Amino acid sequence: MVAIYEPTQDLKVVGTRPIRHDGYDKVTGRALYGADVKVPGLIWGEVLRSPHAHARIKSIDTSAADAMPGVFATMTHADLPMAEDKDVDVGEGMVNVRRHAVNVMADDKALYKGHVVAAVAAIDRNTAQEAARRIEVEYEPLPVVNNVDEAMAEDAPLLHPDMHGNHLGQQIGGTNVAGQFRHQLGDPEQGFAESDLIVDRTFTLPMVHQGYIELHNATAFWDEEDRITIWSSTQGAFGVRSQTAGILKIDESNIKVNPVEIGGGFGGKTVVYLPPVAAVLSKKAHRPVKMVMDRTSVFEGSGPAPGGKIRVKIGVSNDGKIKAAEADIRFEAGAFPGSAVSAGALCVLACYDIPHVRIDGRDVLVNKPKSAAYRAPGSPQVAFASEQVVDEICDRMGWDKLQFRLENASKQGTRRADGPTFARVGLVETLEAARASDHWNTPLEKSGDGKLRGRGIASGYWMNGGGKSTCDLSVSDDGIVFMNEGSADIGGTRASIAMQAAEVLGIGAHDVRPSIPDTDSIGFTGVTGGSRTTYATGYAAYQAATELIEKLKSRAAALWGIDPEEVDFSDGVFSSKSDPELKLGFKDLARRLDGTGGPVTSTASVDLAEAGNSFAVHICDLEVDPNTGKTDVIRYTALQDVGKAVHPAYVEGQMQGGAVQGIGWTLNEEYFMTEEGVMANSSFLDYRMPTSLDLPMIDTIMVEVPNPLHPFGVRGVAEVPLAPPLGAVANAVTDATGTRFTDAPINPGKIVAGLAHENGA
Amino acid sequence: MTTKTVRNVHVRTTINGQEMEFLVPPYMSLLDALREVVGLTGTKEGCNDGNCGACTVDLDGRIVDSCLVLAPEAEGKEVNTIEGMATPQGLHPLQQAFLEEAALQCGICTPGFLVAAKGLLDNEPDPDEHRIRHWLAGNLCRCTGYDKIVRAVEKAAKA
Repeated sequence: MVAIYEPTQDLKVVGTRPIRHDGYDKVTGRALYGADVKVPGLIWGEVLRSPHAHARIKSIDTSAADAMPGVFATMTHADLPMAEDKDVDVGEGMVNVRRHAVNVMADDKALYKGHVVAAVAAIDRNTAQEAARRIEVEYEPLPVVNNVDEAMAEDAPLLHPDMHGNHLGQQIGGTNVAGQFRHQLGDPEQGFAESDLIVDRTFTLPMVHQGYIELHNATAFWDEEDRITIWSSTQGAFGVRSQTAGILKIDESNIKVNPVEIGGGFGGKTVVYLPPVAAVLSKKAHRPVKMVMDRTSVFEGSGPAPGGKIRVKIGVSNDGKIKAAEADIRFEAGAFPGSAVSAGALCVLACYDIPHVRIDGRDVLVNKPKSAAYRAPGSPQVAFASEQVVDEICDRMGWDKLQFRLENASKQGTRRADGPTFARVGLVETLEAARASDHWNTPLEKSGDGKLRGRGIASGYWMNGGGKSTCDLSVSDDGIVFMNEGSADIGGTRASIAMQAAEVLGIGAHDVRPSIPDTDSIGFTGVTGGSRTTYATGYAAYQAATELIEKLKSRAAALWGIDPEEVDFSDGVFSSKSDPELKLGFKDLARRLDGTGGPVTSTASVDLAEAGNSFAVHICDLEVDPNTGKTDVIRYTALQDVGKAVHPAYVEGQMQGGAVQGIGWTLNEEYFMTEEGVMANSSFLDYRMPTSLDLPMIDTIMVEVPNPLHPFGVRGVAEVPLAPPLGAVANAVTDATGTRFTDAPINPGKIVAGLAHENGA
Repeated sequence: MTTKTVRNVHVRTTINGQEMEFLVPPYMSLLDALREVVGLTGTKEGCNDGNCGACTVDLDGRIVDSCLVLAPEAEGKEVNTIEGMATPQGLHPLQQAFLEEAALQCGICTPGFLVAAKGLLDNEPDPDEHRIRHWLAGNLCRCTGYDKIVRAVEKAAKA
């Protein structure tokens, strides 16, 4: 069931920029993140990781570690139960619990460099690290599968010889292709036959990392009643609970996950790595155990975004219409099934209204860490391909790149190739805002010092998520409303959720005090991911606040001795419909509640099947030094249909942050792998994410096309900002250099080589 | 080496204006000493190899990555951390500006940015945008794209 709303006008709190509720704790160092947790009796856990990308584990000898003073316990996969062979939803994708347990700790094979093979708990971190080094593992190295081509070669070594892949509905054994699917709309062959120009290009991308600054961490205590308490920085405490319960084969209700702050995730902290290990070590040591990954382990042993190979073919007619399109997407899942290829397939051509479409997807196993969600999972990679093909078509036909996108833009009623039709969406409005923008209307000046300048534009798409959320409210005697909600706050959602309740209640943003309690103390709430939180948990807050008002109306009626139907509420004031003398502001009523029937509380939970989709358009100006290949972004504008910006400053922040992640992804970030499957740049220095010095200000233009599914018109805003930049930046490099770069990242080496090729060198 | 075979080092230092002393193994970083021994967890670990700046502290007026400083090196020195930035009179103008300009999202890099930015403004009260970007290039933020951080530092400089 989906209720369709007309957007509420005249909002007083939604759309303002109050200081976020958790702000003071976070600028003073008081905020408690996972690694800051201290509990009595705490000891440290550490893991040993495989130095091989693919190897049979012949034996593990922990005796030297066990014998070390200060060591409490060691652990191998033998200490984990055989988990059920079932899929669970981790919020932004599915994982199979049995395979997840093998990812958490290797069984008979190490499947990527950095795969955990054993663990130890000791009196302090240093002792634990030293003890882990003393665990002896005998490996038999196996041939390494480095990329999708190698994985799909006929005689490819198999990562999981027991696995059957679902290939277009058939169960196929003896393959590294874990899944293969097709979406088709219309008759692509007919559409290409009607086309006057067809552009067909293949693109490759390496894996990249989300790059959150906070290291993965977990603290766990397994008590005498076989109940486990966990503290872990995560996008979803309930996801930590369900995944840990599945891997340890215990009831979810025996696990309590405590709230701690999270230092960035972008999809990468939806999956557990450490909590089950810390829990088992705690059980064996009978002490609480804390674990914190180091940075190299985060790169090598958490979940990067998939790389892969993407072919896009688009046909257009001379009158500027897209007649047909095809996409073939092959994503590196990593060492276990479950890349973002299914989501990528929904995004690859979603910005365009195309009558004939075929999209093929493959989920391909390689000896790299199991990929995880990264901000609009799959969409940035596919936009790198499709937006460059669109750009080339416009270049070859001499068409205006913005006008072409407008004339072919998806709008309400457009059918996505996989089936659904769009409800009210704002791509057209966002493109029109781009056409009216100062950036688009300011010609790019030539560089004075021989550098090559170019401008690129690209669109991007993300579905957004709904799902389950819970919100509880209670009114204090002084009129403050306390809010409990279940969503991990990764970037300001305490504020954006509380503001929606405050709007309904007619009180200020700071008159609602949000808290995020432990998993025992709030109803189930899904992961902070899929751009669902401000929309879905905000929706729960709206409903809880609406219910609270109804209850307060009854209390006002009781005080005044009139019928509850006679009580009106607007602009924060309760009043009698018939007697103008009877009126009370929210806080005045709160002070008089004593004796009217006990504390006033409300609760609401939602399970939203639909969300309302998001589109974004980015414009990038950059200059390339033809001698060094170094690229500097000199102007950047991010435009986006944000539905209704609840806290515009944090919406801008999402747009800016996503744009910059995309700039880094396009120009220099990558998992630089050796032939042996070893990441050669597993430090921040060598991975080289953008710094403040690499960037200009990131201008934002918020376009508000209300989401008809939400009372205030709210759409998810956090993920779609990473969809367009790979196309926008790549297209700008082509505009600057006259060369098309199909392999990411477009780093100085590739640019110098590309320019040399162009000049016939 | 285990803790049992290593003799701890006695360190006497001043942290956020308070003279104090503690015992640490000789290999322990100032970051770990602050977090694990002194109990000041506002200074964050992001990489432990000097690349992210989350552990930035002020050591005798110089901005350093505390993960690259051995705790015994703090002997006789003054250490200022994020916990010493606000006073009973209120927030430092940088902290206030970060709040008002929404210059933080997840907040994990925020203490390091604030301490680093204070190091800049203490010596150069009116830096331009390029100078701010140059000074803060040792601090990684993955959430904000730096736009609002740079604006917050500009605002605090004018305050």
